[in-house]
Amino acid sequence: MPGLKDATAIAGIGQTAFAKKLPEPEKTLACRAITAALDDAGIAASEVDAFASYTMEETDEVEIAKSIGAGDVTFFSRVGYGGGGSCATLAHLAAAIATGQASVGVAWRSRKRGSGPRPWTDTAARLPTPAQWTRPFGVLRPADEIGMLARRYMHEYGATREHFFQVALACRNRANQNPAAMMHERPLTREMYMTSRWISEPLCLFDNCLETDGALACVIVSAERARDCRQPPVYLHSVAQGLPAQHHGMVNYWNDDPLTGPAWTAARQLWKTADFGPDDVDVAQIYDAFTALIPLSLEGYGFCGRGEGAAFTEGGALEIGGRLPLNTGGGGLSEAYVHGFNLINEGVRQLRGTSTAQVPGAATCLVTAGEGVPTSAVLLRS
Amino acid sequence: MALLEPVPDDDGAPFWEYAARGELRVQCCVPCGEPRFPPRPCCPHCQSFAAEWRLTSGRGRIWSFVVPHPPLLPGYAELAPYNAVVVELLDAPRIRLVGNVVTGPDAPLNSVEPGRLRIGAAVRVVFSSVVPSGGGLRLPRWRLERA
Repeated sequence: MPGLKDATAIAGIGQTAFAKKLPEPEKTLACRAITAALDDAGIAASEVDAFASYTMEETDEVEIAKSIGAGDVTFFSRVGYGGGGSCATLAHLAAAIATGQASVGVAWRSRKRGSGPRPWTDTAARLPTPAQWTRPFGVLRPADEIGMLARRYMHEYGATREHFFQVALACRNRANQNPAAMMHERPLTREMYMTSRWISEPLCLFDNCLETDGALACVIVSAERARDCRQPPVYLHSVAQGLPAQHHGMVNYWNDDPLTGPAWTAARQLWKTADFGPDDVDVAQIYDAFTALIPLSLEGYGFCGRGEGAAFTEGGALEIGGRLPLNTGGGGLSEAYVHGFNLINEGVRQLRGTSTAQVPGAATCLVTAGEGVPTSAVLLRS
Repeated sequence: MALLEPVPDDDGAPFWEYAARGELRVQCCVPCGEPRFPPRPCCPHCQSFAAEWRLTSGRGRIWSFVVPHPPLLPGYAELAPYNAVVVELLDAPRIRLVGNVVTGPDAPLNSVEPGRLRIGAAVRVVFSSVVPSGGGLRLPRWRLERA
């Protein structure tokens, strides 16, 4: 069966500045990120014939296509579940290009989450969660929903705040190396972490991602075309989406085993179609809306066994030179929170050898989308 | 600001109707007997659309809990820090309900000191008075068995 393995590649990446507040509207930011990505690839906007984004993205294909000067567009797609859709945008474009539905695809995310409203404050919105069973009781925010799973995880496996701190610290250390990161000049100490204010116990301020204005985009073409582009190709080696049986989204309290989430489902598909395994991953960009998602994802994607994700973070394992350097641009915790798209662009930079926290000789990278919601993931290789 | 009230959907409506009578009932499949929560149109085990609502003992154990702090919606921020729990029912351990541990049926969300909560602690359901909006709903809430 012909597959997607290495059939397509990321040829260009682009992004705006990241800040708590940017003056320009989301549409302008989207156009800046997309035109930067096309320029990076050396591909004319008139050649773009495919788009993919998140259902939560508020700029649309019609506006974007006519603004940047795209040609006739023959494929466009949206993926749901917030940050769970990030890598799936690449997967959809890869499938479209590999099957001849289009030739130049743009994935993008533009979001003024830093200066705009927090989604959970909209009490009228019917979230894709069974809100009648949770919100009246004061489980209002993603931090409360994931905090519930985090407490159970700590109880079952002996994970501690020290482990969550190791995640926050690794991301902050990488952000300190990255001039584009919101936390570039803001080091984090153990004392700062341990004495910070609570958001939803057991999660404190530094267990939560940033609130960011910004936009990112990337350009996907066939592997053959990518080899003629301006930048070295970064191949989409394997792609997967994941919605596990009896999954309930961020309030995953109602199945037999709530601590195995969508990562496990995506991982099974991802590794099934890959030529290499978890031990061969040089660097990982793992979705970090909350620190507690990292131990769960490390287990789900097979870097360690069940219940071992917290212990995995010990001894500097997530730092440069450690067993699995993590979120080398700073991630959602310390670079920018744009629904995980910055993790994609950082994965590309690692495999081009141009990261501000370069893992020497990195040739393979795992990028994941939001864990705790229907998710997606990609394996990149140079 | 008042606290949020449940907005029942078609599948959830019977749960809230029984709760208004002071009964904690769980949707169960008629042919295969499996309970399911949240309620849904058909059984994920045998695909039957025949369901009944089985009365439970209202006894459970704390499966996990959080203690939210601001920023929160105004009505909740006034009561923070408060507790929110997931309770596993003794009658059906895979059926878990989100709620609050309180000192009495109409006690505030923050009426129990969070330091008293432990995973595994035994709790028993109580039902609040009818919610303020006049929709007739009553909330299941939880009291510690060893208060």
